[in-house]
Amino acid sequence: MAEIISDGGGKKKHKGGVKAKKHSTRVDMTPMVDLGFLLLTFFILTTTFNKPQAMEISMPIKEDVPDEEKTKVPAEFTLNLLLSKDDKVYWYMGNIDPNKEMPSLNPTNYSKDGIRKLLVEKNRKIYEQIEAWKRDVENRRMTQDEFAEKKKGLREDNKRTSLIVLIKPDKDARYKNIVDALDEMAICNIGSYALLEANEYEVQMIDNAETYIN
Amino acid sequence: MPKIKMPVSSPFIDMTPMVDLAFLLVTFFMLISQFRAEESAEVEIPSSISDLKVPERDIMMISVDSDNLVHYNIDGQETRANILKKMGEKYDITFTEAEILTFSNLASFGLPMSEMKGFINASDKASVKHSGIPVDSLNNQLSDWVLYSRLSSPQSRVAIRGDVNASYPTIRRVMDILQEKKVNKFNLITNMEVAN
Repeated sequence: MAEIISDGGGKKKHKGGVKAKKHSTRVDMTPMVDLGFLLLTFFILTTTFNKPQAMEISMPIKEDVPDEEKTKVPAEFTLNLLLSKDDKVYWYMGNIDPNKEMPSLNPTNYSKDGIRKLLVEKNRKIYEQIEAWKRDVENRRMTQDEFAEKKKGLREDNKRTSLIVLIKPDKDARYKNIVDALDEMAICNIGSYALLEANEYEVQMIDNAETYIN
Repeated sequence: MPKIKMPVSSPFIDMTPMVDLAFLLVTFFMLISQFRAEESAEVEIPSSISDLKVPERDIMMISVDSDNLVHYNIDGQETRANILKKMGEKYDITFTEAEILTFSNLASFGLPMSEMKGFINASDKASVKHSGIPVDSLNNQLSDWVLYSRLSSPQSRVAIRGDVNASYPTIRRVMDILQEKKVNKFNLITNMEVAN
C-alpha cells in the first residue's frame, strides 16, 4: 500500500527565475495507519470488559450473647445444608438433639434439580409470590421501590413460618461451594439464611454419611 | 474487433476514512480502558448470578489463592504509604522514603512483613514468590493490615476474592479476622454467571 512520493524528478532545468518545487499534496499515511492499528490492537487486548461482580454478605456481629437471649430458630422450618468435600451436599430438617436419634441425611447436589428444586419446594409460597412480582417489575407494572417494599412486607408477614437455611460447610468444603450455596439462596428467594460452622455431630454425620442416609 | 478497454484506475486507495475509523476506535478504547493492576495472586473467581458491581475505588481486597495463601491489596497511594509506615513501626522495620514511595505504587502482595523489604527492592517484581500473609493467631499480620487500613481509609469496603478451590477454613479464618476488626459486611467477588 506504500505510496511513492515523486518530487517531479527530472525537471532540473533552471529557466529564468527559481521555480518553487512542486510537492505532491498527498502525504504518505502508511506509518500513521500502522501506528494507529498498533495502538488499537494494544488497547483492545488490554481492556477488561467484564468487571467483576460481587455478592454482599453481612455476618452477625460477634459478641457474647447469653444462651437465653440468642435468637431461637423454629426447628420445623430450619433446613441445614451441609457442604462437604468433593462438592457433596447433604441436608436435613430441624436440629440435632444429642439425646435423641440423629436425623437422617439426604444427599443432594448443586445442580438445578438438586438444592434449587428442594429450596423452591420448601419455600414455594414466598418464592412464587416474589417471582410474580419480579415479572411485574420486568413488565413495568411495578417499580423497584414498590417491589422492595412488598418483599419486605412479605418477609415480615411470614417471619414465623418461612424457611430458614443454615449453610454449614465443613473443613473440606471449597470456596466455590459456599458461593454456590449463597447463590442458590438468592435464586430461591430465601429470606433468612446464615453461614455457620458444622458442629461436631454434623461432622460425624458427614464422615459416616452412608450410615445416616436412609 | 473492438477491444474492451479497462478504465485505468489509480493504484492509490484513499485511506483517510480507514484512518479516521482506526483513530476513532483507538480513542474509544483509550478512554474506556482501565489497566488491570498486576495481581500477585492467581485466582479463579467463582461465578454467581449476583449483579452487584464492585466499586472501583476505596476497596480493600483480600485474595485467597488455590494454595490457601492470603494476599492483600488496597488502593490509594497515600493510604498505602500510611499503612506501610505504621506496619513498619509495629514490626520494627524502617522503610526509607523511596521504599515507601515504591510500595505506594505497587499492587497486591502476599508476603510476611519480614520479606516486604526484599519485595519492594526487587527489580523484577513478577519473579518474587509470594508466600502468603500470615493469618494464624500467633502471627496475625493480616489483622494488622486490616486494622491500619481501616484507620487510614475508613471509607474502604472490604472484598474477599477467593479461588474456587480455596478451602473453607482459610476463608472462614479471613472472615473471622475481619469480624474481629468489626468488619461485618463484606463483598465476595464473583463473576457473572450465564443464567441457566
